[in-house]
Amino acid sequence: MGAGALVSGDVEDMRVSNVSISSVTFAADLSGALFWEEQRLLVVSDLHLEKGSSFAMRGVLLPPYDTIATLGRLAAVISRHDPRIVIALGDSFHDRTAHGRLSAQDRDAVAALQAGRDWIWISGNHDPALPRDLGGTVADEVAIGPITFRHEPTGAGGEIAGHLHPKARVSTRGRSMERRCFACDGERAVMPAFGAYAGGLSIRDVAFAKIFPKNGFVAHLLGDRRVHAIAASRCS
Amino acid sequence: MPPRIRKIPAEPAALLPDHFKAWFAARGWSPRAHQLALLEKAREDRSALLIAPTGAGKTLAGFLPTLVELSSAPAVSTKSVVSTGRTLQRTGGLHTLYISPLKALAVDIARNLERPVAEMGLPIKIETRTGDTPTSRRQRQRRYPPDILLTTPEQLALLLSSDDAPFLFSSLKRIVLDELHALVTSKRGDLLSLGLARLWRLAPQMRAIGLSATVAEPESLARFLVPQPGGKEAAADIVLAGGAAPPLVEMMDTRERLPWAGHSARHALPEIYELIKANKTTLVFVNTRSQAEMLFQNLWSMNDDNLAIALHHGSLDVAQRRKVEDAMSAGKLRGVVCTSSLDLGVDWGDVDLVVNIGAPKGSSRLMQRIGRANHRLDEASRAVLVPANRFEVLECRVAIDAIAENAQDTPPLRIGALDVLAQHVLGCACGEPFFSDELYDEVRTAAPYADLTRQDFDDVVDFVASGGYALKTYERFARIKQDKEGRWRVANPKVRQSYRMNVGTIVEDDMLKVRLVRSRGGGQGKAGGSTGVIARGGRLLGEIEEAFIEGLSPGDTFVFSGEVVRYETLVEDQVYVSRANDKDPKVPSYMGGKFPLSTYLAERVRRLLDDGRAWGALPEQVRDWLSLQKDVSRVPAVRELLVESFPRANKHYIVCYPFEGRLAHQTLGMLLTRRLERARARPLGFVANEYAIAVWALGDMSLMIRDGRIDLDALFDPDMLGDDLEAWLAESALMKRTFRNCAIISGLIARRHTGEEKSRRQVLFSTDLVYDVLRKHQADHVLLRAARADAATGLLDLRRLSDMLTRIQGRITHRELDRVSPLAVPVMLEIGRESVYGEAGDELLAEAADELVKEAMG
Repeated sequence: MGAGALVSGDVEDMRVSNVSISSVTFAADLSGALFWEEQRLLVVSDLHLEKGSSFAMRGVLLPPYDTIATLGRLAAVISRHDPRIVIALGDSFHDRTAHGRLSAQDRDAVAALQAGRDWIWISGNHDPALPRDLGGTVADEVAIGPITFRHEPTGAGGEIAGHLHPKARVSTRGRSMERRCFACDGERAVMPAFGAYAGGLSIRDVAFAKIFPKNGFVAHLLGDRRVHAIAASRCS
Repeated sequence: MPPRIRKIPAEPAALLPDHFKAWFAARGWSPRAHQLALLEKAREDRSALLIAPTGAGKTLAGFLPTLVELSSAPAVSTKSVVSTGRTLQRTGGLHTLYISPLKALAVDIARNLERPVAEMGLPIKIETRTGDTPTSRRQRQRRYPPDILLTTPEQLALLLSSDDAPFLFSSLKRIVLDELHALVTSKRGDLLSLGLARLWRLAPQMRAIGLSATVAEPESLARFLVPQPGGKEAAADIVLAGGAAPPLVEMMDTRERLPWAGHSARHALPEIYELIKANKTTLVFVNTRSQAEMLFQNLWSMNDDNLAIALHHGSLDVAQRRKVEDAMSAGKLRGVVCTSSLDLGVDWGDVDLVVNIGAPKGSSRLMQRIGRANHRLDEASRAVLVPANRFEVLECRVAIDAIAENAQDTPPLRIGALDVLAQHVLGCACGEPFFSDELYDEVRTAAPYADLTRQDFDDVVDFVASGGYALKTYERFARIKQDKEGRWRVANPKVRQSYRMNVGTIVEDDMLKVRLVRSRGGGQGKAGGSTGVIARGGRLLGEIEEAFIEGLSPGDTFVFSGEVVRYETLVEDQVYVSRANDKDPKVPSYMGGKFPLSTYLAERVRRLLDDGRAWGALPEQVRDWLSLQKDVSRVPAVRELLVESFPRANKHYIVCYPFEGRLAHQTLGMLLTRRLERARARPLGFVANEYAIAVWALGDMSLMIRDGRIDLDALFDPDMLGDDLEAWLAESALMKRTFRNCAIISGLIARRHTGEEKSRRQVLFSTDLVYDVLRKHQADHVLLRAARADAATGLLDLRRLSDMLTRIQGRITHRELDRVSPLAVPVMLEIGRESVYGEAGDELLAEAADELVKEAMG
């Protein structure tokens, strides 16, 4: 099936579609998370917590509920998969001081999610210096088996990254829709942003061409009820 | 006090000074009764609403009181500033403000006004102020105001938000509001009403003159012009200009077969061409930009006589539009194909025929369009209506009857929008600090806000200050703050600057520039993006909605700027297209007109259908069509809802005929499919036009209706506007667009930042995401309330849907048929042409994914 080494999605469970990266099979979750069953490892990227208050500081008073919303969705996907390890793949906080603006309630919610499992904060360009008091460990990148987890994609084989916030648009006969998506070509993947206010970058942007050498990758779009695998060349 | 309606003033001659009489006489004119009536109103110190058809000398009438007053003022310059100890007081100063919906109109009126002023040698200084006025002149105008200032609602808001507003406006005697009927139907009208409220406080002596075309409820429009006293209603006096000859309107009786569906009126092209040829100058109105494009292209392809025919619509490059307008004024054009872009604006005396293609939509709208022909009162305007399909024949027929009765269907006065109020509150804080109590009282003097509750007002102030969130975390980021006495003022100068840059209520669709380049060949399949190699630059053709381009794949053809073009690629905000040789575009882009069929005309269409005796006035083809419908199914009665069900090509259809306009039908279609899904009818899609809705499904809906699994009364029960609507609104793209507009107008997000205009591509967050989050966490937030109020009358037309559902309760008639009925054919033909499957959703993605599978297997 072309360059995208796509294993057909599990028909029974519509919420996930299987994605293979360097021979490891991940479940691409409708929420935008990746789950590695063997390792019971869950990855989410670009949470951008406190983006709302970051804008508010500059006079754009976005509703201050984005952190609650993002953590709520994260709690749902964690309870669905009950992972042993959670990796937050960078840009977990929207700016360098964002963690300091977390409400006590949100702080407790993070702690509750971390309880009973390993938690790794990968640092990103928005949050390069995370403090120790957030729980979990902070790292620049993590390698597990053939897979390397880092924030900014380099194009290396076996890499799972975030940073770009991929989204794809599909058009048919004058109608179109645009969704967040995973971008993968069997060797590497770029994850969609998980944060409630995180925007997106079209997978047709030149940034993706640099990562996926032959441009032959598949976009796994997050639909309303299931994940759809569509060739990137079919998207705009 | 009830408005006093009067046609003729008591002593006409005494009202006009001698040099004015001489001026009228020198031009061979005599002052019209309504012009004198306005002078009399001015003398009585009353505000007045002048209702007059185009060509009645409305503008001169509006300015006459000002000119007379200023001409009798002492000739020596007394425009000086006098210190009275604590404050500055002035004699002279700004006397009259003129507000127009179009800046071009303001400029044009200023030019026209200069003539009598110069010819009578009046010592009057007239200036305009628009977005194009240089900063230096604007500053001077604030310090040394002219006698008469012509401007727009947005510029008025800006002036009012400045520190020297009290100085500038305290001398104001009169405000003239032009094209008031057009202004008050939108949020611009809300903004203007709030500006008026402010002016009444700054200049209590100010009186208003409203100039309007004929409207359905002049009394309610007259309320707009005077401060509303709490609890009661007050209105300006109404002056009616009589004497316009009734227009001569006919429907084109085509020699050709009338199409069942479509909007192109292609069948009537030769006849339209003949009309242009037979008249001096013809304005050809269509409802959408793409119709204009199509028609223009088709007319040129048959233009053997090389008639000067031009194209005019809002998306064309401004320079190109000006060229057309200039050629028009110079009498060089035989025909102009145009959209509502020419509904208002500069008068051209020489238009002798108006042709209206397609549905008239509303009788007042049509009358105003027809008024564009022959701007001389005593001569009848002439118009020909060209229905593009059979249903439109019915609509044209009832519109002609409505015009003969002079029946108006303009919408009622708006209820002031909360997002506009938020913008105004911020504007007020930018000027003099305000007390909530005082501003609340002031705002309610504006007619659209007369019933504003204190709770709504306080919520809006809270929103402007710190976002209005239940979660109080933004106090430290507040944009306006209270001082010790309780006055609200802007927190910092940046807030003021941002307000100034974003004032206004017109939120444009996101537009992309269209450039014509050479095709790079092939195109198809090799998707665009940034990878394509294409010659940059290219001639600028105009602008197109981003939403339309998003639905195209490279290689798709569509009509733009009068020709069929091929979509090549999109780079940033530039769409590159090449010339296509196709005769027919692959992607039709009707997208419907901006306005739905008016409730009034819809009612008349239903009455016409129900009254078999009235069918005699219809063309034979249409009569036959309706008779056949009567034989095989049923013609819907006035108050009932006819529902037909039938099988066709392995699918099962229901078609119903509410006649409530496309917007309400689309909303109904979304909700019906949800309910049918729940009834396990397995609906696949629906399509809606102005008159009917067709839903198709895999389940045998005829059978399901028969055995009670589908209960039609329950299916159309108004309770669908409860939970079903809620569930749909959560994901509706139309609702998200509505919310985005409110977010922009209210100032939650800025369109423009200092120094640059941000395109949506650069906006760092999406209002859709903000909508999702806010809806979930604070569903009663003031912005969501504002968006809901818009949805009631705007893109979702909920109020109309709700009225219809109530009307038809217990009056649903079902006909089970073995095949499609004659009445159903038009809407069935829309399938595939203007297909809407609810919101694009998983189905669309699944379809694209299937293609991938086919590609792989094939």
